[in-house]
Amino acid sequence: MSERDGNWRTAVIARIAALTPRMRSYFLHAPLAGHVAGQYLDVRLTAPDGYQARRSYSIASRPGAAELELAIALQDDGEVSAWFHEVAQPGDTIDVRGPLGGHFIWEPPHAAPVLLVAGGSGIVPLVSIARAWQAAPAAPMLLLHSARTPEALAFQPELAGIAAADPRFTYVAVSTRAGTGRRIDAAMLDKALGHWGHLPALCYLCGPTAFVEAVAQLLVARGVAHRAIRTERFG
Amino acid sequence: MSTRGFTGRRPGADAARRLPPGQQQTQDFPVLSLGPAPAINLDAWRFTLRHGSRPLASWNWFEFNALPRTRWHGDIHCVTTWSKFGTDWEGVTLDDLLAAAGVQAPTSFLLAQSYDDYDTNVPLADLAGGRALIATHFGGEPLTPEHGGPARLLVPHLYFWKSAKWIKGLKFTERDEAGFWELRGYHMRGDPWREQRYSDDD
Repeated sequence: MSERDGNWRTAVIARIAALTPRMRSYFLHAPLAGHVAGQYLDVRLTAPDGYQARRSYSIASRPGAAELELAIALQDDGEVSAWFHEVAQPGDTIDVRGPLGGHFIWEPPHAAPVLLVAGGSGIVPLVSIARAWQAAPAAPMLLLHSARTPEALAFQPELAGIAAADPRFTYVAVSTRAGTGRRIDAAMLDKALGHWGHLPALCYLCGPTAFVEAVAQLLVARGVAHRAIRTERFG
Repeated sequence: MSTRGFTGRRPGADAARRLPPGQQQTQDFPVLSLGPAPAINLDAWRFTLRHGSRPLASWNWFEFNALPRTRWHGDIHCVTTWSKFGTDWEGVTLDDLLAAAGVQAPTSFLLAQSYDDYDTNVPLADLAGGRALIATHFGGEPLTPEHGGPARLLVPHLYFWKSAKWIKGLKFTERDEAGFWELRGYHMRGDPWREQRYSDDD
């Protein structure tokens, strides 16, 4: 590897933890600058013949945490996520660069109410935001997470714990195909915002494109300004 | 040094030739933007060409659609590593806008400005000579809001964050002024074949 290599650094996978049937956390030791909640890393894998594949993954860990946590969902037909799920072991090294991203970020202290909405694995950057909030709780925060099944609600015990410990943090999790059989629609959003009792001053939406766009339009229809809604989409 | 146990999935020969470094082919058309698609009423839509704060020319939707139209077919590349092959676009070139306005380009740099307050800088050399469009159609259909409709910039030879969605104008600037992402660590030009993703890339 050349000395100048686009700021790529070598990270070591320190440990791996299962989150859901299709999602695992990879805890990295990486010589990178500190991140802001909501940012992501670029990850690069290299085959013996020099072929490289690159993906971006959101950071789940709290800013300042000793290990960088990437929570990676196994994609159907995934090239890089399949390596993480089927090959990666503690001690393996990967190339990383970042942290990256300067818009979908949240930094305390923040006085105004914040709404976080995640679809599926879109929860990852919002977990980092929730953890950053927990380290310096101030304004009310409402986190809505929608996944297909109850088992797919990654980070549920921890997020429920944050909510149980501090009434300023509200956590609502729904699954669309089992259990409660609910999705984040107009009625559900009205109910959640009504219970919460705030109009969000800032919203962070992350998930599949159609999900993010639908929730964004519901929020706009409820009087939230376009520029108060920050989005991150995939697929 | 290679990654233990990673063999990767090679693109076919045609895709390998067409993919800039670090890119992968997608069959989808992913959506990336700062926030939700703004609601734009075509009756109120305008496209304005400016030199600094001074308007050079302005078109409403009806007038804009009466301008000469140009089609472009080819591959597009997003900095988030997806590339989409064989896309079809239709719109108006900057050359035709300048001709319709009856003016010469007053400076060598521009800022594309959007209805959602997004902006991005593009040198004149990357917009003129038919290299870019103000696109109103994709795949023969009017551009949908999530893909930037009613009109977006299309600069297909640069990373796609330069192809500003929901465009409302182009502003000539005296210097190369950084736009939204360029102020947040992205490259000032963004050539995918030179892999100019971030400001510290060559």
